[in-house]
Amino acid sequence: MIWLTWRQFRGAALMTSLLLVLLAAVLVPTGSQLAADYATGIASCTRGEECLNFYDRFFDAYQTPFLAGTLVVLVLPALVGLFWGAPLITRELEAGTHLLVWNQGITRTRWLAVKLALTGLVAATAAGISGLAVTWWSGPLDQSAPEGFALMDPLVFSARGIIPLGYAAFAFVLGVTVGMFVKRTLAAMALTLLVFATIQIAVPLLVRPHLMPPVTSAFELARENVDMFGVRRDGMPTVNLTATIPGHTGAWVLSSELVDGSGRTIAASGEEAIVEGVSTTSGPCGPQQARQGMQTCLAELNRLGYHQKAVYQPLERFWPMQAIEAGIYALLTLGLTWLCFGWIRRRLS
Amino acid sequence: MSSVLEAQGLGKRYGRRWALRDCTIDIPDGHVVGLVGPNGAGKTTLLKLATGQLEPTTGGLTVLGGRPAAGPAQLAKVGFVAQDTPVYAGLSIAEHLRLGARLNTGWDAVMARERIARLGLDPAHRAGKLSGGQRAQLALTLGLAKRPELLILDEPVASLDPLARREFLQGLMEATVEHEFSVVLSSHLVSDLERTCDYLIVLVDSRVQIAGEAEHLLATHHRLTGPRRDQGTLPADQHVVSARHTDRQSTYVIRTDAPILDPAWTISRLTLEDLVLAYMDTSAAAGRRPAALEVRR
Repeated sequence: MIWLTWRQFRGAALMTSLLLVLLAAVLVPTGSQLAADYATGIASCTRGEECLNFYDRFFDAYQTPFLAGTLVVLVLPALVGLFWGAPLITRELEAGTHLLVWNQGITRTRWLAVKLALTGLVAATAAGISGLAVTWWSGPLDQSAPEGFALMDPLVFSARGIIPLGYAAFAFVLGVTVGMFVKRTLAAMALTLLVFATIQIAVPLLVRPHLMPPVTSAFELARENVDMFGVRRDGMPTVNLTATIPGHTGAWVLSSELVDGSGRTIAASGEEAIVEGVSTTSGPCGPQQARQGMQTCLAELNRLGYHQKAVYQPLERFWPMQAIEAGIYALLTLGLTWLCFGWIRRRLS
Repeated sequence: MSSVLEAQGLGKRYGRRWALRDCTIDIPDGHVVGLVGPNGAGKTTLLKLATGQLEPTTGGLTVLGGRPAAGPAQLAKVGFVAQDTPVYAGLSIAEHLRLGARLNTGWDAVMARERIARLGLDPAHRAGKLSGGQRAQLALTLGLAKRPELLILDEPVASLDPLARREFLQGLMEATVEHEFSVVLSSHLVSDLERTCDYLIVLVDSRVQIAGEAEHLLATHHRLTGPRRDQGTLPADQHVVSARHTDRQSTYVIRTDAPILDPAWTISRLTLEDLVLAYMDTSAAAGRRPAALEVRR
């Protein structure tokens, strides 16, 4: 049975390994270059300001391959489900060859077990390898990525570490299960894509924030979390808060709000918030001070009790959360596999 | 004598439609069994039940004493050539034989190779490029080289031209003589089965109409032709299979074990085809019954 499965699958497996080799051929030399660039860049910047500028330039320079690599890892599991999972059984049902193979001397349970195990293993391995390779390659970039592209941000998190492996295994078994119910290849592929895409969007939005109880904490206003201090045309001072938090680079900020001295929420990050009790004509936030930077003005705002209230998942939780999410997908995979075996024993003809 | 297939009140329903019902048969071993009936009569359903592709809705059946597809031992005993003789289009003939060798414990590699060579097929040929007849032969080879105790074939010759049909059935017959196994073969054409089968099951309208050895069936069925008379006037031991009337004449096909004594009848022998057609006619006659009553009045 292993021979037959391999014979039916070898074309796809060969193509996949070729693609993996190609990926490695691109990633390995550019990855070393990238790491070297990063090391020299970090060594040459001394002050914090300079380093932030270096980060920006560094990320800009590698943005396209960074996004491409992330995209490859994100798309790979869907392709596995679509082209390996869905047709695995439907192709046999459509050609009628299941009637041939189910009447040889092995039970169809064993037939399914070998097919699932072998193809699933290759799928998970391919996705795992490409996921880890891209994780290694983009290591320096992940440390310098701007807001929205940091390691804990939903899209990047999904394309790093070990969960691509879990996604691929799940997508594969999902495709097989859908194929068993729908029994037609094209319809099964379409439905697999739809279901998988929905899950991949829903999990980061609805499930992942709660994998571990998020941290809620207050932060002083500083250069990192204040985008802009401005004065409106009517003379009212305003503050624009960002979704970053000082001292916790790379954290996944779920919510960031500007809170005043009495604990009242004024605005969420990105919104313009009017801060009362601050003079824009004289004092620490006056025009003279503004020329020397925001520092004194921010100190004044902090003195008045304004602060940032943030709910977030810190970067240190990257691996624990990867493990939990991978575990959830592993359970889903096992559940669907169990369904497949029950189905093939009772219902398929 | 043990039985190859025994069914008790077997039935299979798809949604509201019964594909097969009240099927109670007992097929003794050592026969080439023809399962005949019109399209959609339930032949494929019965054969799929026998190979364990389907689960019965009612009743049960045993094949060679075991539950269909219950395990490797049962699978090894029963060979199946499915309708339209499916094979893997992407695999070569040699790879199909290798598949058989890998998946069957009792695989007869010599027989498989020789059979392919005798058919003049190139083992390197892809199965997807074979003609219908060649594909059927490949599927048959897979079924035979498994060395089953019972080989089940579902409409194996339906899509073949007359020559390929004859070659296929001839090959099957030669193999049964050589290796002594039972065969159940379905077709909607009696002519296919006439030369090959010595046991017949007629399946019409999802019910088994009659089952028995061909010789016995031919010996107990007769066509009676004579002056017109009502069905009720026939002796009780003469079971009417089909009846036809013109203004002055009646033609009956009857089943009876007793001799026919009435001198008014001209008695003629039936061919297997006549017999099967007569049974197919009953269902048609059943539908026509109200009209027939009106005429009689």
